[in-house]
Amino acid sequence: MIEIFLQGILLGGLYTLFALGQSLMFGVMRLTNTAQGDFIILGAFAVVAGTALAGGAPFAVALAVLPLAFGFGYALQRYVLNGTLGKDPLPSLVVTFGLSIVIQNLLLELFSADPRSIETGGLNTQGLALGESLSLGVLPLVILAIAVAATAGLQWLFARTALGRSFRAVSDDREIAELMGLDAKKVYAFATAIAFVLIAVAGALQGMRTTVSPSDGPLLLLFAFEAVIIGGMGSFWGTLAGAMILGITQQIGFRLDPGWGIWVGHIVFLIVLVLRPQGLFPKTRG
Amino acid sequence: MTRNPPLAASTTPVAFDVVRSTVASRAALGVAVALAVLAATLPFWGESSWMREFVEIACYLIFAIMWNLLAGYGGMVSIGQQAFFGFGGYVMLMLGNFAGVNPFIAIPLGALAAAAIAVPVSFVAFRLSGGYFAIGTWVIAEVFRLSFANVSAVGGGSGTTLTALRGIERATRESVTYWMALACVVAAIALVYLFLRSKRGLALLAIRDNEVAAESQGIPVVRMKLAVYVVAAFGAGLAGALYFVGNLRISPDAAFSVNWTAFAIFMVVIGGIGRIEGPLVGALIFWALNKFLSDYGTWYLLGLGLLAIVVTIFFKQGLWGYAQQRWGWSLFPTQRVLADGERVPGR
Repeated sequence: MIEIFLQGILLGGLYTLFALGQSLMFGVMRLTNTAQGDFIILGAFAVVAGTALAGGAPFAVALAVLPLAFGFGYALQRYVLNGTLGKDPLPSLVVTFGLSIVIQNLLLELFSADPRSIETGGLNTQGLALGESLSLGVLPLVILAIAVAATAGLQWLFARTALGRSFRAVSDDREIAELMGLDAKKVYAFATAIAFVLIAVAGALQGMRTTVSPSDGPLLLLFAFEAVIIGGMGSFWGTLAGAMILGITQQIGFRLDPGWGIWVGHIVFLIVLVLRPQGLFPKTRG
Repeated sequence: MTRNPPLAASTTPVAFDVVRSTVASRAALGVAVALAVLAATLPFWGESSWMREFVEIACYLIFAIMWNLLAGYGGMVSIGQQAFFGFGGYVMLMLGNFAGVNPFIAIPLGALAAAAIAVPVSFVAFRLSGGYFAIGTWVIAEVFRLSFANVSAVGGGSGTTLTALRGIERATRESVTYWMALACVVAAIALVYLFLRSKRGLALLAIRDNEVAAESQGIPVVRMKLAVYVVAAFGAGLAGALYFVGNLRISPDAAFSVNWTAFAIFMVVIGGIGRIEGPLVGALIFWALNKFLSDYGTWYLLGLGLLAIVVTIFFKQGLWGYAQQRWGWSLFPTQRVLADGERVPGR
């Protein structure tokens, strides 16, 4: 029982990283990125390809991908997604959904449908023995630590920095914020840039922990989305809690019957949606 | 057209007409009827591969028409309509295989079942709105897929075959499937067209344009949205049941694939969302691209995704919307144009 719980927490750490970017983009500009999962997979494949080119050093390659992801996210928001924002959610949904199809097929063309993983020199198989029968993987523990650090970092960024203040300002009222001299489009671009750094981190770690294949993206998107909604909008700690709940329920489901694990996760999400549509720990409305 | 009494004006009384059709729309109606009649005779002179192709594209088209109704008129952008597509297909198959119902009769029953399940589903889905509604409906569709994948009576994850059609001769089966598909396409277009021209259709347009204002005018917004959601589910279920009568084999991954909705979105957006001509134009383009470029597989899908992005950003109204604005084309006019009694444009 304790083992299932701990494994669920560790899985939740990974889901937190999937979800933080989504939470950030929705929080700042009400943008639902339906290509979130595919960008995570794209990040993983970028590290796979970089490691192959560099002949090793996956961690250095992963670090090198982060600034690229930042620039990519900034440019994507600035030159593509900003034009789709507005009261009507359709344009941004269609554009990100189109991107999702483009990324999936591009990866399929470049890397084929075979699952790949990032070689970490055995880190992904090392375990940390806790007592007689309980052993936790080192890599999942590292992922959990990164997830908690990223959540704390984002919360700090929002609460304590000038950039975070501008995020909150454009989120609350874009027009007033612009009257006060903020360039909302630039602020949005920075939000997406940071979200894409988180996406790249999530992708690299997903690729190290397990295998990735070009069609994995949508499932990751759904997990990310469920974590955000369960946790409640506008709160990064809420997202973390939502991811933990999702991870634990999936672990319990998998233990009951491997065919129903993900199903149980979805059902718990739907139950939360019916009973508490604002999420468990909401901070902002709408 | 209705002629209204003159409005009481301060100076001179003004007579006005409400124009609801154009020369083009009346001509289009005639051409459409002629085409439908011609199409109905196809089994007597056409090849069976044409019929199969038509049945397939008809399913895409009906599905896209219903997605257009839901998103373009109801303002509910869903990525989960494949839930009803697959459900309609599975209900048709189970009625045929287990209950001994003639599969052709089971097609509308499957659609009705999809409409019925949409009511409880809406209770969950309507908790979300905007972009979150889109992904929430996708989760619901995944629940449908995983549920059917775990039911061994319908073959679990690998699916099963529609055995109920075994006794029927191949030529008969193909002709009847084709006629069903043709009837469903005509019915779907007529249903949406008449609905949008009715008073309720006007209410729906008001909701799309401004929900709060519509509610303040006494339009029951929640009930209207539910009605549209249920009708769209019925149409999606119809398309699904029809598709798997034509296909004879069903599996959860095929029935509940997100690609159904993806293609519908692309068709509607490329053709023009929120107009009846949109999915028709989109389906024609989709069919042509599919016919000539599907050998390129991944590149073809990649191009389709890019095309949808480009159209969304640069031609927000879609190709038909662009033509409509540029040249004033309208084959299925749903708007009411006020014109004074003397000069009526487009007549």
